[in-house]
Amino acid sequence: MRKVNQKGWLFVLPVVVLVAFNALIPMMTVVNYSVQETFGDNVFFWHGLGWFEDILKSDRFQAALGRQAFFTFLILIIEVPLGVIIALSMPRKGFWVPVCLVTMALPMLIPWNVVGAMWNIFTLPDIGLLGYFLNHVLGISYDMTQNPTAAWITVITMDVWHWTSLVVLLCYAGLVSIPDAYYQAAKIDGASNWSVFRYIQLPKMKQVLTIAVLLRFMDSFNVYTEPFVLTGGGPGNSTTLLSIDLVKIALGQFDLGPAAAMSLIYFAITLFASWLFYTLMTRNDVK
Amino acid sequence: MAKITLDKLRHSYMANPSGPQDYALKELNLDWEDGGAYALLGPSGCGKSTLLNIISGLLVPSEGRILFNDKDVTQLPPDRRNIAQVFQFPVIYDTMTVFDNLAFPLRNRGIDESRVKTRVEEIAAMLDVTDMLRTRAANLTPDNKQKISMGRGLVREDVNVIMFDEPLTVIDPHLKWKLRSKLKELHHRVRATMIYVTHDQTEALTFADQVVVMQDGEVVQIGTPVDLFDRPQHTFVGHFIGSPGMNILPCDLRDGRAFVAGHQVSLEGAVTGSSGRTEVGIRPEFVSLGATGLPATVRKVSDLGRHAVVEAMLGDTKVNAIVEGAVPGQGEAVHLTFRPDQTRLYRDGWIASEQGKAA
Repeated sequence: MRKVNQKGWLFVLPVVVLVAFNALIPMMTVVNYSVQETFGDNVFFWHGLGWFEDILKSDRFQAALGRQAFFTFLILIIEVPLGVIIALSMPRKGFWVPVCLVTMALPMLIPWNVVGAMWNIFTLPDIGLLGYFLNHVLGISYDMTQNPTAAWITVITMDVWHWTSLVVLLCYAGLVSIPDAYYQAAKIDGASNWSVFRYIQLPKMKQVLTIAVLLRFMDSFNVYTEPFVLTGGGPGNSTTLLSIDLVKIALGQFDLGPAAAMSLIYFAITLFASWLFYTLMTRNDVK
Repeated sequence: MAKITLDKLRHSYMANPSGPQDYALKELNLDWEDGGAYALLGPSGCGKSTLLNIISGLLVPSEGRILFNDKDVTQLPPDRRNIAQVFQFPVIYDTMTVFDNLAFPLRNRGIDESRVKTRVEEIAAMLDVTDMLRTRAANLTPDNKQKISMGRGLVREDVNVIMFDEPLTVIDPHLKWKLRSKLKELHHRVRATMIYVTHDQTEALTFADQVVVMQDGEVVQIGTPVDLFDRPQHTFVGHFIGSPGMNILPCDLRDGRAFVAGHQVSLEGAVTGSSGRTEVGIRPEFVSLGATGLPATVRKVSDLGRHAVVEAMLGDTKVNAIVEGAVPGQGEAVHLTFRPDQTRLYRDGWIASEQGKAA
């Protein structure tokens, strides 16, 4: 057997300590809460996996999870192709490159709660620019504070507005790295525009696209601030996503046990789905 | 396969070129025979890639015409010119297998799948890549990738011309030689017109029957490798080809005799023209060291194994000599002799001595 120099651990130790303080220890307190019950006075009882069972079986959790999954599904299905299309139509050279890049980056520079507030005001039926225009000029009844469909449309539009740029910028970075010779060779080989996309652009964008999908998945699955500021989870519970519900349970109702169990389930789902995406998207990669 | 004619071709990257200095490619008239192997040789930025892109149709020239078999193709896009091009960096379609890569140009043209199969297998056999046909092209080594790029050019039977744009740049030195001879072999087998662009004289001289030497957007000489070596029409060609290149020594001309650093040098023949800056050109191969001749001091000796390059100072001018056998030491005083029939005179860069008639 090969002799391993155990001193190597000493070098890793500072990082282990750092990670312990900023991730492991806080997370362990959550694990701790998730298996205990309390009646106040800082007295805790062992509750086993009871909270996990309760959460997984509860209609409320399942409904929130369903809404969350639907939200993320819509985000990915809209933002990824849209981002690719915008990146493809952006100029590769010249004066308009910086103009496009800065314009694209702008939405991402705005603080999340400001985005929520902006869209809230923007879509209010009486005073909002868009809301007023839809209701009073076009005559379409649109009120995201009353109508769940309108609320969903607004939440999705806001996220698309805020985050499609991320996909665009990543894809664009992938596209500009393609040498001109590839396009010239494709021209000479008689390739159609679709072939150029399918066999040159898409393969070259694949790695950045993997990152884009992963980031958009994680961010949209864990999204909180923007929909919370925009709709507060309403009308009713129609836009109460998983994170919004979690905060209601943890800080609203102060049910620490169930909230901790829910957090861990939430975390496990995000982790598993990210792993799944990554594995599926990189399984054909060149070794 | 086709004969290629360049007729009064000029190109400028500027919208309104005001003078010759604005042209990346100065006026050019050329005829390339069907089935020939040609090389475009010149340093970076001499306009050879511009010329290549004009022939392939990636660039439309500002002036003049390009004819394939006497048919004007100047305005046609690359896919309608029926040409093939191999680029500096191997262009392969990563996600496809080697087979699909080679089949791509054929399938895009709607060729029957059974025909595609036979043709791809034929080309694969020619390139020795038959055993790789099923592998993903992305997994290949750079030299094999470049072979596949070449294969995509060869796979169509009716291409007018196959162009190579410095195709061996990214290939390891020991594989360069292999690919170079492969190319030569391919040319003999398929007999297509091939144009090879490079700044490497060895590549150009080993590949081509005819070499076009370019400098600053201008063709300075067209000829066989032997022509270029023996009688460079311009000092640039003399200097660019050969290792080391031709010695170009400033000289004075008095009564048709050339004097280098105050000593008379016999030329190959009579001097033509008058006025202008004159120089004597002599290849290091034809400079010998002896007891008599032009006195010089040895500055450096580089032993290359088979022979040595002796760098001697003739006054303020450096002269290289290729010496076999005993070499002088550094700082030693020597005498240089130039072989008269190999000593040329250049006026303002262009050759100005006639062959055979000794002055």
